[in-house]
Amino acid sequence: MTSLEKNTAAGGTAVAATPILEARNVSLSFGSVRALRDVDVTVAPGEITALVGDNGAGKSTLVRCFSGVHKPQSGEILLDGEPVSFCTPEAARGAGIETVHQNLALVEDLTVWQNLFLNRELTRFGMLDRKRMRTEAQKMVSELAVNVPEVTSRVRRLSGGQRQAVSICRAAGFSSRLVIMDEPTAALGVQETARVEQLILKLRDEGHAVLLISHNFDQVMRLSQQVWVMRAGRCVAGRRTEATTGQEIVGLITGAIPG
Amino acid sequence: MSTAATGTPAGTTALSKGPATEPPGAPGGGRNPVLARLTDVGFWADWAALVGLVALVVVFAILDPGFLSTGNITGMLSASAALVILAVAQTFVVATAGIDLSIASVTTLGIVVLGQLYVADQPLWVCFVGAVLASLLAGLVNGLLVAKAKITDFVVTLGMLSAASGLALVLSDGQPVTVTEGFFFDISLDGPVEMVSWIVVIAAVVAVLAHVVLYHTRFGTHVLATGGSPEAATATGISTARIKIAVYAIAGLLAGIAAIIIVARLGSTPPAANTSYLLNSVAAVVLGGVSLFGGRASILGPVFGALLLTVLLNGLTTLGVSQYYQPLSVGVVVVAAAFLMRFQK
Repeated sequence: MTSLEKNTAAGGTAVAATPILEARNVSLSFGSVRALRDVDVTVAPGEITALVGDNGAGKSTLVRCFSGVHKPQSGEILLDGEPVSFCTPEAARGAGIETVHQNLALVEDLTVWQNLFLNRELTRFGMLDRKRMRTEAQKMVSELAVNVPEVTSRVRRLSGGQRQAVSICRAAGFSSRLVIMDEPTAALGVQETARVEQLILKLRDEGHAVLLISHNFDQVMRLSQQVWVMRAGRCVAGRRTEATTGQEIVGLITGAIPG
Repeated sequence: MSTAATGTPAGTTALSKGPATEPPGAPGGGRNPVLARLTDVGFWADWAALVGLVALVVVFAILDPGFLSTGNITGMLSASAALVILAVAQTFVVATAGIDLSIASVTTLGIVVLGQLYVADQPLWVCFVGAVLASLLAGLVNGLLVAKAKITDFVVTLGMLSAASGLALVLSDGQPVTVTEGFFFDISLDGPVEMVSWIVVIAAVVAVLAHVVLYHTRFGTHVLATGGSPEAATATGISTARIKIAVYAIAGLLAGIAAIIIVARLGSTPPAANTSYLLNSVAAVVLGGVSLFGGRASILGPVFGALLLTVLLNGLTTLGVSQYYQPLSVGVVVVAAAFLMRFQK
């Protein structure tokens, strides 16, 4: 049955070009815990791909394989159809895969522009080019975010939504091609969630592929073009968003619909 | 001292421009700037060291007309040189949320190495290099133990405090060496301009370089990121272990330079650690508004803090207050400053 679903899914994504990112038969165990079992997932260019599943289904583990934190024990990961193996998060970033971590990875006492350029600082004759970084940061932020925070303000002073925006801007900048987001609106209020969603859509419209982990089914239905459902370490189903319903997704997650 | 958000409303960004990450007077809109600043306790907290310094100078000048004499100012500046350098050294470590309790002992180790090389008739430059290398090495060991062996900074540097003082006693056999070298008198008594001796120039150069390193290099930003959020620093690929090793090594290096200055002023190499340098370096850092939790630092603040402490001790002495009251006064000032820091932005 699983293979049948996979075929359906493959048929679904076939309309798009070569997937920007693909996991083939990826498995990973931590001791006796089989976190991932033969997972097949594709992310199409220019689309928002959602990854859903209950807690402990293996979403975050899979995403960490993509961002270079974990290395699959078997199976392969393909970037633009070419097998890749990321040993470190740095390598994944170098290949254009950026991750917006759940904790956002921002330094509160540094300014917005310092965070945007953290460990990618622009220098001139060995000294920081603060002026250019501020200007470029302003550009990065105003191109994407709706609720533009002042780039010279410290992150400590920003609201949750603004912090999320900064973190997403950082991931979107630096010519990244795929942005992975781990529950970007989990801690946000209604209005801020709406703003971050706008930001995610804008990211896609600018040509980034987005892999979105979310527990919010309405959000998944609103934003994504493709949904992958994970349950107990397996990818049990893939659906085009337009061809499914929130109810079906819930059924697939809980196992009420076997998938 | 606490950096906990004090719940100030957003929009007062101009007030956040303390000495921490932006130089004062940096561009950034301000609403009714002068009045807002003067009535804001956060502003006073950010500039506690400078305000305190000015206040002390005024008070002592009124109480004792001789306080602002050329001779006394010259003396105070020279007396502050070593502490300024040690405060800068401590700032780098504290900025990464660490602390270097061994800084005074490591300075003493440098002093003793200098003395032993001098007794062994080595040329002066060998004595200097030897002193700096010995202190640098001790700092490097601190850094490796903190970053690689993952032992708490408090324990590592407490161990080094004891080990370095012990080593200093072993090397010197507990005996000071009298250094009668003209060069030392020259740098501690002469200077480029009136009231400013060469050792003060050295301290000023160290402070300026430290400021440049902290605010105008990638390394400085990574130091603040390591202290502010190790998780974020690691996630963006910064090696926090390397940063930690580097800051303890810098602290050791600067302790070695302070050692040379102390020998120049005293004309001898006391083998026993002067623990007041440890307390005062931490005190200067706290007075300077640097967060002991890391991530927020300035160089100017601790430098003013070091000057304030020197002025305080000098002023009490010129007023004829007993030496015994000096540690007491330092303690009161530091705790008061730490209390004021609670209102810091």
